Amino acid sequence: MSKLLVIAEGRDGILRNVSFEAVAVAKKIDADAEIVGVVLGKEDLEEQAQELIRYGADRVIVVQHEKMKAYTSDGYGQAVLAVINDESPDGIVMGHTSIGKDLTPKLASKLDTGLISDVVAVEHNSGDVEFIRPIYSGKAFERKIITDGITFVTVRPNNIPPLDRDTTRNGEISTRKVEIKDIRTIVKDVVRKASKGVDLSEANIVIAGGRGVKSEEGFNTVHELAEVLGAAVGASRGACDAGYCDYSLQIGQTGKVVTPDLYIAVGISGAIQHLAGMSNSKVIVAINKDPEANIFGIADYGIVGDLFEVIPLLIEELKALRSTVKA
Amino acid sequence: MNIYVLLKKTFDTEEQINVSNAEIVDDGAEYIINPYDEYAIEEAIVQRDTHGGEVTVVTIGDGKSEKQLRTALAMGADQAVLINTEDDLEDGDQYTTVKILEKFFEDKDVDLILAGNVAIDEASGQVGPRLAETIGIPYVTTITSLAIEGDIVTIEKDVEGDVEIIETSLPLLVTCQQGLNEPRYPSLPGIMKAKKKPLAEMEIDDLNIEEEDVKAKTKVIEIFLLEEKAAGRVLEGELDGQVKELVSLLRNEQKII
Repeated sequence: MSKLLVIAEGRDGILRNVSFEAVAVAKKIDADAEIVGVVLGKEDLEEQAQELIRYGADRVIVVQHEKMKAYTSDGYGQAVLAVINDESPDGIVMGHTSIGKDLTPKLASKLDTGLISDVVAVEHNSGDVEFIRPIYSGKAFERKIITDGITFVTVRPNNIPPLDRDTTRNGEISTRKVEIKDIRTIVKDVVRKASKGVDLSEANIVIAGGRGVKSEEGFNTVHELAEVLGAAVGASRGACDAGYCDYSLQIGQTGKVVTPDLYIAVGISGAIQHLAGMSNSKVIVAINKDPEANIFGIADYGIVGDLFEVIPLLIEELKALRSTVKA
Repeated sequence: MNIYVLLKKTFDTEEQINVSNAEIVDDGAEYIINPYDEYAIEEAIVQRDTHGGEVTVVTIGDGKSEKQLRTALAMGADQAVLINTEDDLEDGDQYTTVKILEKFFEDKDVDLILAGNVAIDEASGQVGPRLAETIGIPYVTTITSLAIEGDIVTIEKDVEGDVEIIETSLPLLVTCQQGLNEPRYPSLPGIMKAKKKPLAEMEIDDLNIEEEDVKAKTKVIEIFLLEEKAAGRVLEGELDGQVKELVSLLRNEQKII
């Protein structure tokens, strides 16, 4: 029986969904594998460990340390390596998040292994486990295998559904004490800028604004619609370059790649670089006053019209819907 | 200060991707400097102009890589190195790249290495942090600001939209995120000067590397495109009617709101 390690990731005291998706990926790699979860941090992690078991981990190793209050590659690296050395797993799975992207290359270097990043699907073919990942920001896909060493992958959030949560599952939770020596990069402060905690890469719904919003004030329309839908806010490069919003919102070949259930493009013409960042979304809605805009070519539903007329109507309609649902 | 920039050439972002026989067709494709590496080049030049020293741009590539290196030199880098693997290596992965760079950096005295946060083609984001770990220096990924004062380096790092303020020291490797700076366009005098700047070309033999030492740990077995999505519907009628229809479609047909 193989043993697969899932490195979970918490935020604001709870595990991120991608941790459960990583467990599902481990199961896809080997349905019979023992799935060993690892949860890390400074605070009490018992509940996070339990939750990981409910989502399919067979047992969980908890690593708690004063020096893991904030993520650093040195601190987390030393903690995870200690667990890897104890367990000698056949594979490691982690989310392809800011932390996953930062930590896994370090581990791969230490372990002298390959690493397949940003996996969106796992398939079995003539004895090989094949990992599918987007290239050229989703303009194409590649199918990769590990040819030497352990299986080591990161998983793109929001692509592979987690297993069903089962509150009756039980598993051993153990604690691993670690010594964390020097940390060479110190996190002095964190300035929260991300909109209302809905992260772009994990959001189910994304509303993105383009040049068509015309100004910083105009961009507020996008925020208002996002708020009604509980969506994350994104933008085209045009909107970022024009200073209507922060570059951290940019979606496209430079910027973030998103695959939400619903993507609403507001005043975005649809340059090929932008389409690369969002065209794999499940349902795409385009609102643009130019009927010739490229974006309509990939949209499931389009409304040709002035966004400053359409969005207020849409907000009104959605609010009306919410109140009938509640009543 | 000894500053190095890791550069990769990538397809122009305007390029459509065509696939034939499970491989990317690159006939006639336009290549550019990976856009994230442009931030790295710009930052390297700015830091050199502030603190003195030299900027060396390094790429692993083929005969066609000289163009991007000359562009980096025209922007203001001092010298360039092309590690040409065209004749020696068929397939490679990030492991291969880092093994080669590890050998390259073995005898170098490094203060700062800058790389792009990801390359827009493969987008693994592995090479920077893997290299830093291999050569034993700290790294910070996705930086949006870099200030070096004496021994102290203060960095702003983009973490999914939030900003972390990080303190560290040299030697250091950073990977550059959009927002760090505005890469300059090469000036005409810059382009003229770049033609005379040193560009060293070497092969893996020159680094005492055998093909077997850098053998990839992963393999691409196929590249494919998704089927084109069928064209959608542009709604019709009065605007408020369209909006009502849209909400109904998203709720009742797609069940996503």
